[in-house]
Amino acid sequence: MEQRVIVKAAGLRKTFKLSKKQQTIQKTKDKVKVAVDGLDFEAYEGEIFGILGPNGAGKTTTLRMLSTLIKPDGGDAWIDGSSVVSNPEEVRGKIGFLTSELKLEDFFTPNYLFDFFSELHGVAPEVRDARKKAMFERFGIDEFAEVKVANMSTGMKQKTSLVISLVHDPDIIIFDEPTNGLDVLTARVVTDYLKELKERGKTILLSTHIFSLVEKLCDRVGIVMDGRMVLSDTLENLTKDGDLEDKFFEICAEMEANK
Amino acid sequence: MKSDLITIIKKEFARFFGDKRMVATALLPGVLIYVMYSFMGSSMTEMYEPDDDYVYEINIVNMPQSLAFLEEVEEVEISKIEAKEADAVKDAIREDEADILVVFPENFDVEMLSYDVMTATTPAPNVEIYYNSADTESSSAYSIMHETLNQYEQAFANKFDICQGDKEYDLASDEDVSAMIISMVMPMLVLMMLFTGCLSASAESIAGEKERGTIATLLVTPMKRRDLALGKMISLSVIGLFSGISSFAGIMLSLPKLMGGLEDVKFGYDVADYGVLLLVIVATTLLIVGMISIISAFAKSVKEASNMATPLMLVVTLTGVTNMMGNGMPQEWYWYLIPIYNTTQCMNGVFSMDYQMLPVVITCIANVVYSGVLVVVLTKMFGSERIMYT
Repeated sequence: MEQRVIVKAAGLRKTFKLSKKQQTIQKTKDKVKVAVDGLDFEAYEGEIFGILGPNGAGKTTTLRMLSTLIKPDGGDAWIDGSSVVSNPEEVRGKIGFLTSELKLEDFFTPNYLFDFFSELHGVAPEVRDARKKAMFERFGIDEFAEVKVANMSTGMKQKTSLVISLVHDPDIIIFDEPTNGLDVLTARVVTDYLKELKERGKTILLSTHIFSLVEKLCDRVGIVMDGRMVLSDTLENLTKDGDLEDKFFEICAEMEANK
Repeated sequence: MKSDLITIIKKEFARFFGDKRMVATALLPGVLIYVMYSFMGSSMTEMYEPDDDYVYEINIVNMPQSLAFLEEVEEVEISKIEAKEADAVKDAIREDEADILVVFPENFDVEMLSYDVMTATTPAPNVEIYYNSADTESSSAYSIMHETLNQYEQAFANKFDICQGDKEYDLASDEDVSAMIISMVMPMLVLMMLFTGCLSASAESIAGEKERGTIATLLVTPMKRRDLALGKMISLSVIGLFSGISSFAGIMLSLPKLMGGLEDVKFGYDVADYGVLLLVIVATTLLIVGMISIISAFAKSVKEASNMATPLMLVVTLTGVTNMMGNGMPQEWYWYLIPIYNTTQCMNGVFSMDYQMLPVVITCIANVVYSGVLVVVLTKMFGSERIMYT
């Protein structure tokens, strides 16, 4: 059966102006930095698509464009048929986005925040309450439901952020480095939940530079370097001649040779 | 979506009113103003007025016969002293131990009666009054003695009087006098208080959310940027108004005490006056919140927003004193299109109980329209990644 493309990026491009200070730090005279340079990829419904790449490759910028936090300078991307350029509000209603940049207000409790974001996503109160109960129990937040975010541990904050990003039970989930900065126990809870979401038919886009995480979770992998998707294939194909790390360094070497 | 707007307003209120420290910070200026002004008023009254039953000790050298009536006055006690004791009394005055020393020339009565201003070749007889201006009792005794001698001197050449007797010649009511004083100081104070109240709330809500990274979390929800901008501006205006009204109440309640030593303060404002005032203040609060919100959206932190807003605060405060120039509210309608200046003039009119409705209406409409423009600008700013994520 042919798989349905649910996320499609075509020629995505994003540049940032460099300040004089940044030019000095990066030892360049270019006034503009190309973060993403004509990136294309497709993700299929119900799969976990891993975006793998070194720091500064353009992974986070790509995910920020897909989540409509920033606008592409060129190209477009479609989330379940909605364009991030021309219909960003519709896109925001379809996705759940989690990144370390998005913080929760310290003053509020998980209980208040869940209700607040549910209202913004138009979730009916009875659905919201049932969903909140289930997710708080699943992540052990129930005991901290009335504790202000400011007084929570880093792990509990991360779990709360994850839960809040999914208040509307979106079909497409975009996670940027979801296990970064977490202890092994909390990281395990997150990876187990991602598997569970996949079993429930959700599509997940995941950016990371941790090979083991990709090997454990992803169906397909896109390797991003210098703002371009240099390779996109199933995990099976990429690892048939060795492990993913070897393949990655092989591609790096090829890129270096071609420069 | 209407519900998103309400959700944002509810959240802003929950953030502000749920935080006792923030509420206390907003109310504190009003309470402090009341305590400070009341204390200043009482201190000033006490400083310039001795106790009612105080008896002034007046030391007199060469007491003239013609001033013997002074000994009958209840509030003074006359001590006749010798010329050689004068230096000791002066020292006592310096040390706040005596009130005043009056030195008459010898044969004062004879010299005074024989003195003719038209034919005299020598100066008139001179009465010396030694006193200590830093001592309240001494100053008061000096005033009493000076006034008494002046009247005594005038009695000799009295051709006509001006405003003699107990009749009331000043036809201004107490309310008019109070209104004039209030109208001079209140516009500036109200604008300053409103600005301060709005600044802390707006900087915290917009620049603070940017600084903490929580605004990005809001921006990835399907809510329209316009609802976020409008929701924040409405709720921040209510919070700014809450803080401003607290300060306003503090000023109005402490004003009688502040001016207590000078004259009777009576408020002659009716419900309609307060209603018009509230209308003008609400429209102005929206405008001030709009301006501070734009600055806060540009700023990277609460501190930067506060710094950036300081010049604007100076402009607003200075505009608040323009009512002291000119002669009442301008007649031409176009003056009321100038933001903040229009508010100052309208407040001046209301406080001095001399205003027309047309300028008030123009002011309110103009300020609401400007606020609407600022909502559009803020909406654009919320949509700008360069502004929101740098």
